[in-house]
Amino acid sequence: MTKINTGSKVYLALVFIVLYAPIFFLIFYSFNSGDSMTNFKSFTLDHYKDVFADSRLVVILLNTVVVALLSALIATIIGTMGAIGIQTMRNRKLRNTVLSLNNILIVSPDVIIGASFLILFTMVGIKLGFISVLLSHIAFSIPIVVIMVLPKMQEMSNTLIDAALDLGASKKEVLTRVILPYIQPGIFAGFFMALTYSLDDFAVTFFVTGNGFSTLSVEIYSMARAGVSLTVNALSGIVFAVTMLLVLGYYFVTTRKVKGVRK
Amino acid sequence: MKNLVKAIIAIAVVCAALMYLVNSLDKTSSQGGTDILTVYNWGEYIDPALLKKFEKETGIQVIYETFDSNEAMITKVDQGGTNYDIAIPSEYTIEQMKQKDLLLPVDHSKIPNLKNIDEDFLDLDFDKKNEYSIPYFWGTVGIVYNPKMLKKDLDFTSWDQLWDPSLKGEVLLVDSAREVMGMSLNSMNLSLNSTDSTELNKATDKLIKLSPNVKAVIGDEVTQLMVNGDAPAALTWSGQAADMMYDNEDLTYSVPNEGSNLWFDNMVIPKTSKNVEGAHKFINFMLDPENAAQNADYVGYSTPNKAALKLLDPEVIHDERYYPSAEVRKNLHVYKDLGKEKIGEYNELFLKFKMSLQ
Amino acid sequence: MQNKRSGSLTLVPYYVWIALFVIAPIILVGYYSLLDLEGNFTFENYKNFLTPVYLKMTLSSFWYAFLITLFCLVVSYPAAFIISRLKNKQLWLMLIIIPSWINLLLKTYAFIGILGQSGPINAFLSAIGLEKQQMLFTSASFVFVSVYIFIPFMILPIFNSIDKLSPALLDASRDLGASRLYTLRRVMIPLTMDGIKAGIQAVFIPALSLFMITRLIAGNHVITLGTAIEQQFLVTQNWGMGSTIAVFLIIFMFIIMAFTGEKRKKGASRRDKN
Repeated sequence: MTKINTGSKVYLALVFIVLYAPIFFLIFYSFNSGDSMTNFKSFTLDHYKDVFADSRLVVILLNTVVVALLSALIATIIGTMGAIGIQTMRNRKLRNTVLSLNNILIVSPDVIIGASFLILFTMVGIKLGFISVLLSHIAFSIPIVVIMVLPKMQEMSNTLIDAALDLGASKKEVLTRVILPYIQPGIFAGFFMALTYSLDDFAVTFFVTGNGFSTLSVEIYSMARAGVSLTVNALSGIVFAVTMLLVLGYYFVTTRKVKGVRK
Repeated sequence: MKNLVKAIIAIAVVCAALMYLVNSLDKTSSQGGTDILTVYNWGEYIDPALLKKFEKETGIQVIYETFDSNEAMITKVDQGGTNYDIAIPSEYTIEQMKQKDLLLPVDHSKIPNLKNIDEDFLDLDFDKKNEYSIPYFWGTVGIVYNPKMLKKDLDFTSWDQLWDPSLKGEVLLVDSAREVMGMSLNSMNLSLNSTDSTELNKATDKLIKLSPNVKAVIGDEVTQLMVNGDAPAALTWSGQAADMMYDNEDLTYSVPNEGSNLWFDNMVIPKTSKNVEGAHKFINFMLDPENAAQNADYVGYSTPNKAALKLLDPEVIHDERYYPSAEVRKNLHVYKDLGKEKIGEYNELFLKFKMSLQ
Repeated sequence: MQNKRSGSLTLVPYYVWIALFVIAPIILVGYYSLLDLEGNFTFENYKNFLTPVYLKMTLSSFWYAFLITLFCLVVSYPAAFIISRLKNKQLWLMLIIIPSWINLLLKTYAFIGILGQSGPINAFLSAIGLEKQQMLFTSASFVFVSVYIFIPFMILPIFNSIDKLSPALLDASRDLGASRLYTLRRVMIPLTMDGIKAGIQAVFIPALSLFMITRLIAGNHVITLGTAIEQQFLVTQNWGMGSTIAVFLIIFMFIIMAFTGEKRKKGASRRDKN
């Protein structure tokens, strides 16, 4: 392993400081006894108490997480299969067309996607709510999965697959033993970016939701006019802390295990 | 491969657990929903305690959904697939909803508390005889400013003071064509409902002369910026101005003498309603003086409920910034729906002005 | 190679998705783009788009998308490289992604606070005796916040392609007397080209239609096609014009794809040489 010099460490530290600055900023204000993200009055935990007192907000948060995880999972499966299929296409023109089609939802602004999905769902007669939101999130997350998986597919030379086939591996074995392990980093990247898409989305969800189903983004954007309450900051603070704990915890548990078994 | 399968199973298990949790927390779905009322409103625009009180008093379950713009709300109601029983749009939207036949008439006999509303706010042009709508909050458009930050002693009793050279690069405007164009029209003593193209062009030319003074054209984040002292003056709505003044005592608010806009948010019953009876109960409940006062206190906007005024802090109701005098009110005008074509023209001219900022 | 058929089988759900959620909406958007405010058939919207206002907007959208992508790449490439050389690299990568899970509007409000006159940066500047800077509502702050949003989308694919590069390869190149720059240009970049391309796609294409932060951070001093579409749909309620702009966005994207898409399968031979 090449040594990492101090310059690199400083650079990376800077990147992380910038990435986390706004998050710490908004968590800082979640302890503000005032009622907005401006002039800090005094320290309080009231906003955290409000989070737990407001079961509606907690339900919305949980809904948001379920939609994000499920949609990212399904989008990753469909997107990965799509990327594998695209890579095996021989016709270059067709391939480029499919890839262009793939990117249409990425280039289209959310309002357009939201409005056209709404028209689509009401035409087909899907009840607006959890299902319509889930379907939409799957739909707009698929392209980013394809973009993340495709480079790994391209890297993997066809000779590798051919060799495996020559050695008598079945197509299923090639898929599970050769292709999937190789493109796994791409799959995880796709999954995490799909999560990001889903958690960030406001406009599409707004249009296709209904019957009491709501996500955190819709809730936060609609607060903008009368002022976003610091309860939302507190909630984000909790979400952030829990995510960090889960990731760090999971990471240390698994790396320890691996070390214990293998070394 | 094993990793992938494990990951899939883990996610599925987590989702199932969370959904179970949601179901046990979410009373509306667990009770099977006998009597349900769906309210569609802006976020943070009602005291949640009132919703609980309403549920207790009537036994009706309230589902509260939120929107962030009138136009997006119309699209949702228009497209169907939803069943909102109460919506709270602004007045110009109500005219559009009436035209599109999206509203049910309000039965006044079921709303005895209607008598509490100030007559000045009833029977207005956008909804004669309040056939479809009942006022919820009201306000004005004006200038919020920070006297301590001004380089020159301005009091904004006239719109023209925004053009003062001492404000170079300091003025914030709301990103809304009607408000900004209306301000320019008003400053020339023209009607903010003008449909005359020469007048509109004149107003645009005057706006373009304002562009050296414009710091930014923004949305709701104007609240945060003014409180933080990022700019000394902003064109905004009285409701937001009230929020700002609450957070920063240096700020004050003025409605210029040439006149300005008077706006309303109103309760309506969309055609998609499945609980018309409950909707009337809700409207009547919100018009109860005590409830209206509690709501006004929570939201911080001006209430049209004259019986509720008696229950509010006298300092607030005698503050002309929140409750302007009859004299000022004379010069205030409600927006008329000018039709899509004219609104398009307003927006195009406004876009031309915004492009001149670059 | 036989897996042509299995390839098409895995494509079935993907094609269903394309048909339902891509083609159907495109038809809808195309249809709306031919309607005027009253719902009559017209080409007026297209004529309208080809006026200086929208052409200027198109140019500025491309210019900013280009800047955002460029800065994203410049920041992300070294970051991805350094992370790939760290001990707990997967963990560090996760830490790059996590901030993107916090609501964007909240983060943008936080940026307004951070960059504002009374924010920590200006407080620092005046503490060390410098003049306060107006940072909000400049195109620089717009590009900065956009880069912030897109960084994970650039780092991830680049990391994935750098990660498999064996450090021995780079060492070999250095041992053979190649300069740092030469190694980067002739060895690293060609070998990680697939990842870079994916990153550029994941940043440039959505950057073309950015909205919201054009208002929140740039105060409408930057107006992009995305902003215009949002306005047409949500304010003017002129779905026809909004759809027309979207049609052009989609056409632009097709053109970009046609230019950047690989023409021949050069990749294999290049890889074999290495």
